[in-house]
Amino acid sequence: MNSDTTRIVEKTAIHVENVLHQYRNGDDNGMFIAEWRVDRGQQIFLHGESGSGKTTLLNLLAGVLTPDKGEIQILGKPFSTLKAHTRDKFRADHIGVVFQQFNLIPYLSVLKNIQLANHFSSTHLNNVEDLATDYLQKLNLPPNILFQPANAISIGQQQRVAIARALINQPELLLVDEPTSALDVAAKDAFMAILTEICQEAGTTLVFVSHDMHLKQFFPTSVEITELVSTKENQLC
Amino acid sequence: MLMSLAWNSLKSRKKSVILTFLSLVISISVLLSVEHIRLQAKESFNRTISDVDLIVGAPSGQLNLLLYSVFRMGSPTNNINFESYKVLKNNPHVEWAIPLSLGDSHHGFRVLGTNDQYFTHFKYGNKTALTFSHGEPFQSVFEAVIGADVAKQLNYKVGDEVVIAHGTGSTSFTHHDDSPFTISGVLNPTGTPVDKTVHVSLQAIEAIHLHPLHPTGQVKEHLAEEELIPDSVTAIMLGLKSKFAIFKLQREVNNNKNDKLMAILPGVALNELWQMMGTIENLLRIISILILISSLFGLSTMLLASMQQRQNEIAVLRVLGAGPHVIFSLVLIEALILVVLAIIAATGMISVTIGLLSDWLAAQFGLFLSANLLQVEVIQVYVVIVIASIVTSALPAYDAYKSALHSTLSAR
Repeated sequence: MNSDTTRIVEKTAIHVENVLHQYRNGDDNGMFIAEWRVDRGQQIFLHGESGSGKTTLLNLLAGVLTPDKGEIQILGKPFSTLKAHTRDKFRADHIGVVFQQFNLIPYLSVLKNIQLANHFSSTHLNNVEDLATDYLQKLNLPPNILFQPANAISIGQQQRVAIARALINQPELLLVDEPTSALDVAAKDAFMAILTEICQEAGTTLVFVSHDMHLKQFFPTSVEITELVSTKENQLC
Repeated sequence: MLMSLAWNSLKSRKKSVILTFLSLVISISVLLSVEHIRLQAKESFNRTISDVDLIVGAPSGQLNLLLYSVFRMGSPTNNINFESYKVLKNNPHVEWAIPLSLGDSHHGFRVLGTNDQYFTHFKYGNKTALTFSHGEPFQSVFEAVIGADVAKQLNYKVGDEVVIAHGTGSTSFTHHDDSPFTISGVLNPTGTPVDKTVHVSLQAIEAIHLHPLHPTGQVKEHLAEEELIPDSVTAIMLGLKSKFAIFKLQREVNNNKNDKLMAILPGVALNELWQMMGTIENLLRIISILILISSLFGLSTMLLASMQQRQNEIAVLRVLGAGPHVIFSLVLIEALILVVLAIIAATGMISVTIGLLSDWLAAQFGLFLSANLLQVEVIQVYVVIVIASIVTSALPAYDAYKSALHSTLSAR
């Protein structure tokens, strides 16, 4: 491996190559991505209409789904071809995920939720509580929220706790799927500002998926999903 | 962490979890108590008599004779001539002979007329002889030796004077208030009917059966012991010099011309008892196993039903890096927490219940149950319960495993 490729690999957070995903419902037109590269530290706004394959792509990046063909590399590791167990571990250590909603386990306290994320990773921090308090402060959450059950706080607060939870292991990559869909406009903007700022600070690569064009303004780079994806038929000919 | 996760998850579904838990406690209690009582009954009966080769009494069923003479239960048998006792005692095969004379009571405790042979040769448990905690065997007609429970419940001690009545109820109509006995000794606890027995001499039995108009004072003064020689006994326990003579002597006794006699082997009679009980035992076991299975299915149903509402939870755990096997174990741990807690609760409940009822069970059924459930056989039952619950909850756990495999970020 010459020094050029090494540098490229080191710089690259996500590398998707010739990835084909066949839908389970028997839809012949699978999703195909010839190549997509995201550099480390980039903040990407991935935009597309409902049903355009955004969430599928995010599932592939999180390793919850695996491609039928091709390879996804994350942080230079052949992520998609790792053994299921290794991939789970890798996700726990290097990838944070925030969903639309229901990010937290409702019957656990906020702190327990955050500790749980650390439990499955190999970092095993011994100061999770301190770190969590720091993050909650940055996310403008009151410190006493730590000991409340997750289902006792508002959805906006839950989403911010989800960010803290996703970042607790200091992951290199943060995948976020429509986290603001349950929030009102004011809360949305505040949420976005905090999210991008925290990622900036930590140098975390951020892939943010949404159909809401209004949020594009928070990102330097924006990608339209249709630019990435072509249907299987087009490709195999 | 997984443990606390499972515990909190159970806590979040309190209502259905508590109902399932109660159903488990009940079914496990039933199974455990059937097993425990079965084992303990057998042990308690088997330990009641030891080292006795033959029991001789009036012809009736061998079970009836055994139950009445040894366990002081069932219907009284006819008496046999005292002469037969003398003959048997002097039989060349016989090493020792204990005469037993039953039929009277003292505050609900059976009164047993016997002689000094009883304290030397009667054995229980694993050939354990009777021992005294206080005092010594009776020496004269108006002395009595009491079992440990009698001493404890009636608060008697050596030297106390007591009254012994004719009849077997605790409220006998023919109290002989003028027949005072002095307690000469208290026996150590044995866990057998001996604990609930008042032992007196054969002569004493005769004395309390004298005509009520005969004041005991007169008896004491005027009747020589020879005049109180009994004319009959209820049964005789025999110890032989050689085990090989048992069947020969049994035949001899059964063919006796002078008195109608029957000789039984205690072990054989007990065996007959267990064979009779065997069918009922197995029926009870089957029923209790079915109850357990049904409540384990209840557990499994509860967990399966919760899977629907736990899709999100599983999705969250997945993206945090929990593999499907973690989800599988989580469900299994939840089931095991419930089952283990139910086992502990059931064990505690049974121990307390037996502790409270032990006197009543001993008095009513001659059952001496230990409140300690932790014996090898019962522990085997625990293991079986745990294994059975792992098997039945594998279904919801596998369900969770599968949904974890397919869970994606879009789960909502």
